[in-house]
Amino acid sequence: MPEKMLELNDITMQFGGVVAVNNLSMYIGKGEIVALIGPNGAGKTTAFNCVTGVYKPSNGQVKYQGQVIVSNHPAGKMKALYAGENRDRYPHVVDPTPDKITRMGIARTFQNIRLFKTQTVFENVLIATHLHRTSNPISAAFRLNWREEQKMRELSLEMLDFVGLSAMKDELATSLPYGKQRRLEIARALATRPKLLLLDEPAAGMNPQETADLAQFIVEIKERFNLTIFLIEHHMDLVMDISERIYVIDFGKLIAHGEPHEVQDNPDVITAYLGVEDI
Amino acid sequence: MNTKKRGLVIGLILLALLFAGLYILENTISSSTMLITILKKGVIYALIAVSMNLLNGFTGLFSLGQAGFMLIGAYTYAILTIPVNMRGMIYQYYDGGIVQFALPAIIGILCAGLLAAFFAFLVGLPVLRLKSDYLAIATLGFAEIIRAIIQYEGLGPLTNGSNLLRRFPTFQSVLYPFAAAAICIGAILLLINSTYGRAFKAIRDDEVAAEAMGINLFFHKQLSFVVSSFFAGIGGALLAMYQGSIQVATFKSAMTYEILLIVVIGGMGSVTGSVIASFLFVASSEWWLRFLDNEMFIGTFQVPLLRSGFRMVVFSVIIMAVVLFYRRGIMGDKEFSLTRVRNRLLNRKAGRNA
Repeated sequence: MPEKMLELNDITMQFGGVVAVNNLSMYIGKGEIVALIGPNGAGKTTAFNCVTGVYKPSNGQVKYQGQVIVSNHPAGKMKALYAGENRDRYPHVVDPTPDKITRMGIARTFQNIRLFKTQTVFENVLIATHLHRTSNPISAAFRLNWREEQKMRELSLEMLDFVGLSAMKDELATSLPYGKQRRLEIARALATRPKLLLLDEPAAGMNPQETADLAQFIVEIKERFNLTIFLIEHHMDLVMDISERIYVIDFGKLIAHGEPHEVQDNPDVITAYLGVEDI
Repeated sequence: MNTKKRGLVIGLILLALLFAGLYILENTISSSTMLITILKKGVIYALIAVSMNLLNGFTGLFSLGQAGFMLIGAYTYAILTIPVNMRGMIYQYYDGGIVQFALPAIIGILCAGLLAAFFAFLVGLPVLRLKSDYLAIATLGFAEIIRAIIQYEGLGPLTNGSNLLRRFPTFQSVLYPFAAAAICIGAILLLINSTYGRAFKAIRDDEVAAEAMGINLFFHKQLSFVVSSFFAGIGGALLAMYQGSIQVATFKSAMTYEILLIVVIGGMGSVTGSVIASFLFVASSEWWLRFLDNEMFIGTFQVPLLRSGFRMVVFSVIIMAVVLFYRRGIMGDKEFSLTRVRNRLLNRKAGRNA
């Protein structure tokens, strides 16, 4: 088994009485492409948001390269509501903000594209290089570090080249067609120099041809940047083609996991996706 | 890169020409003419408007505390630089006050900026966790509180209570405020065009995405707030020098709204827009629209509506018109550039030839 890159242990996310994610445990090995799938509203994005620090999970723990980056236990009102089996198992609370998580090497894209609207394509990527700066505001303002600035620009150009957008680098980000905006989001995430890339429904709104191109592109990114990829999707074609392992959740609970062909034939998964036949 | 360097050279040449022009102007006309007054006040307002634009236009933080930081700057400058032998007269109700030294003007100005920045840092700790309207209300409240504290009798030995502060060093030449403002606006421009400025704009455009790109929201908001207040403090000190005497009543929230009006008219997110709008605003309010405040007779016919205070009515109408029909202001979020003007002229010519 490869070294574990990301590990979720008993992650539970409760919003009042609603349990969006229920005791989800999974792991992603180094260099793998792992997908988390499930019907609409199954809690996929919520699970993602627990990893990236957008939400504080009600219970559970996230480990990144063996180090605990998120940890929580149910408190206050949640404690009374929460009936999970692992309550109180995670005594200390670690709750970092999304920017800290990104600086650790976990980059993400968004389900509903979130580009910087008033900025050009190039500037969108350039902003993502800000986190590795060594200059302070004064040395940055007075260009005492022009070499670093130059490196940031070079890296951004390289990323744009890689995703094939360098020809339109001075256009406004929002003027790009939809598929290219998705690629720009990926380029922007790559410019933070991540080790683990989280893609939130990258194929949403794409036609079959575009989806096939994207699948190839994702594998290409992985090889080129030596990445580990964690992917949320409900396009089955994309997921089946490229992922090494798949986790399936429904109503926040893990219902199956394994290699693509195992998952495909799992009766629970079929029920979750197609429903049960009433007799 | 090359065009950028050329732009810089052209900019510096224009700046030098501006200063040469001002020098000649000053030596040809009397320094008490309206034009000189407008230039002095306009350039100080330009600095303050640009500092406010850094926060409101570039970082997307809607703050209304500018008058408070100007007040801190103006008072710091005045308190530190009034000559010792004048203090007995000025602090007549407080036995000459407790500050018994005087610093050179330049150091006074720097201290004005630093103290304003320090207060911004303290205020920012709780206040910058608020969003949009709440932030505006909190900063506005801060400005009012500062005004009340400075007026407080107990602080009289330091601030002279609600009495005037005067006799501190001022400037005569119009070049002085222009040089100070040019340096400060230049520094703000450099910051905006650095990697930190890009982070500010990212926060303005989309906080969630900015945070996901590893940008520490609180640190960058705090940075923008502190830098903006530093220059507002310097602007306040320059305004004190321009006026020759200060009292708290000058720095009411109406002053913040004046600056906000300039920023909106010039365009949120445009430094050159703020500068242009500052001169337009100051010229209109002090000069071009002055006639609105005076009763006017043509023969025996009295022109209706013209009376003291009518100017402010016209201003209000202008604000409403800008907000309704011209929301992006003069420059939008673009900067003035000669290349753009040239391209536009060339396009127009090409269009005519075609």
